[in-house]
Amino acid sequence: MKKIEAIIQPSRFEAVKGALQEIGVQGMTILEVRGHGRQKGHTEVYRGSEYTVDLLPKIKLEMVVPDRLVEAAVQAILKAAKTGKIGDGKIFVSSIEEAIRIRNEERGEAAL
Amino acid sequence: MRRLWMVLLLALSLGSLGAVAARSAVVPGLAVRSATASVAGQLAQLERQVNQARNRGDNAWMLTSAALVLLMTGPGLALFYGGLVRKKNVLATLMQSFSLMAIITVLWALLTFSLAFGQGTAFLGGFEYLFLHGVGGAANPAYAGSIPFETYMVFQLMFAIITPALICGAFAERMKFSAMVVFMVLWSVVVYAPMAHMVWGEGGLLNAAQGGVFPTLDFAGGTVVHITSGVSALVTALYLGRRLGYPEEPMPPHNVVLSFIGACLLWVGWFGFNAGSALAASPLATSAFVATQFGAAAAAIGWAGAEWMRNGRPSLLGAVSGAVAGLVAITPASGFVGPMSALVIGLVAGIVCYLMVTKVKARLGYDDSLDAFGVHGVGGTVGALLTGVFAARAVNPIFNQQPVGLIDGHPAQVLDQMVGVAIAWALAIVGTFIILKIVDGIIGVRVPPEHEVQGLDITQHGEEAYNL
Repeated sequence: MKKIEAIIQPSRFEAVKGALQEIGVQGMTILEVRGHGRQKGHTEVYRGSEYTVDLLPKIKLEMVVPDRLVEAAVQAILKAAKTGKIGDGKIFVSSIEEAIRIRNEERGEAAL
Repeated sequence: MRRLWMVLLLALSLGSLGAVAARSAVVPGLAVRSATASVAGQLAQLERQVNQARNRGDNAWMLTSAALVLLMTGPGLALFYGGLVRKKNVLATLMQSFSLMAIITVLWALLTFSLAFGQGTAFLGGFEYLFLHGVGGAANPAYAGSIPFETYMVFQLMFAIITPALICGAFAERMKFSAMVVFMVLWSVVVYAPMAHMVWGEGGLLNAAQGGVFPTLDFAGGTVVHITSGVSALVTALYLGRRLGYPEEPMPPHNVVLSFIGACLLWVGWFGFNAGSALAASPLATSAFVATQFGAAAAAIGWAGAEWMRNGRPSLLGAVSGAVAGLVAITPASGFVGPMSALVIGLVAGIVCYLMVTKVKARLGYDDSLDAFGVHGVGGTVGALLTGVFAARAVNPIFNQQPVGLIDGHPAQVLDQMVGVAIAWALAIVGTFIILKIVDGIIGVRVPPEHEVQGLDITQHGEEAYNL
């Protein structure tokens, strides 16, 4: 089992979600987050007071998938989230030791 | 419908003619004299009815105007200010405006109406209207001959409410609620009542309509409302000091949409403020209404245009702030100037207030949180001075058909305006400073730093605006 965390542009979220559902990813958790990588922020001006907004709104998706689906899921996210501009985000993949479904205490891939 | 009325009227007049004829027929010798007397009587009665209808029209407009002016404070000004603060202080900001709607009303009934509009001296009214004694349905010709004195009283009350509410913009996000209540009560007595009396009260020093010593033209409250509140705002901002973290920490408005709604309500309510100040549903009211609209429009363009040139983008907050600045500036002038002068006054006010709020404030470093001084103090001063320039007897022959303003051929009016402006500034500075000293000594004006960090909503009122 692997955990895939993807930070993407909010505007690409629907496309990414659709692409993941298409290849059979069963569930995911999403968070509205703020952050920045190499992308610069912008300035806002209210009655002459300038504020630099360098933490920009992003969507973070988290999902744990069986090993066989990892590469397909990464490709689906890449394809749907890429605009080619700075600020498209990142994907992190890490190993997961155990998964447990709370309802019936199933364990391992069966719990995903 | 109209035809039905015509038929009814015709039937009525035929009926009364018939009655006259019948009476003449009974005593033929007296026919002519009695007919004349009866026609004269009928004419007198008709005249009374026409006057009564006109007075009722005036009263309807004045009651509507009074309601419109109340709408300016709540929700107008409350939302305008509420959107500009951080979300931990929005309820406290709304509460400041709303509490004044209640407190000033009670105070007005008990004391301040009499202090402002009783006869008294040239500087302060007397005590004859304490507890609204003698303020009833009859008109008071010293103020407005065609409406009940009670209507005049309640119309003026709405001005007495919004004026202190304007000051709240300067000390937003850091003043104790208890201190604000005491401050505002004292301020209404010490600053507002004397200024209103001097400019509008019977026998007032600056009263232009009643031959004051220095006749200051102030149609709807440039000196009485906007200079007193704006300058007092500056004094409170300086006295309380900056908010914690200002200007390093970002403090952007938490909801510009609320400010937008508030500003639009202010604009609408201002028709009651300015056109209502004609004190009748007269052509002068229309003139003031038109000047109000044009002043606001030109100032919105002035402020947003200046932003567009300097920042490359015009902002919504800038546009609505400009409109408010224009409304402030046109207030003293509204019943004295024509539409073209209103455009000029509005444009000047929009640009001057923009520079004041964005450039001068940053350079001087004081923290007038929501720009009560930059918009009302500066806009009010610009408007009061320009009223002396643009006032025209063609619009309002207030000086018995003699020239009124500078362009009209009466340059000395600008000096009289300066006297009025100077008195308003001086009274606001001295009065506000003394009151702040007193309140600070008794209860302290500023919340403790930890309360300021936590926000006034929780620490002053025990509630939060957004429980989502």
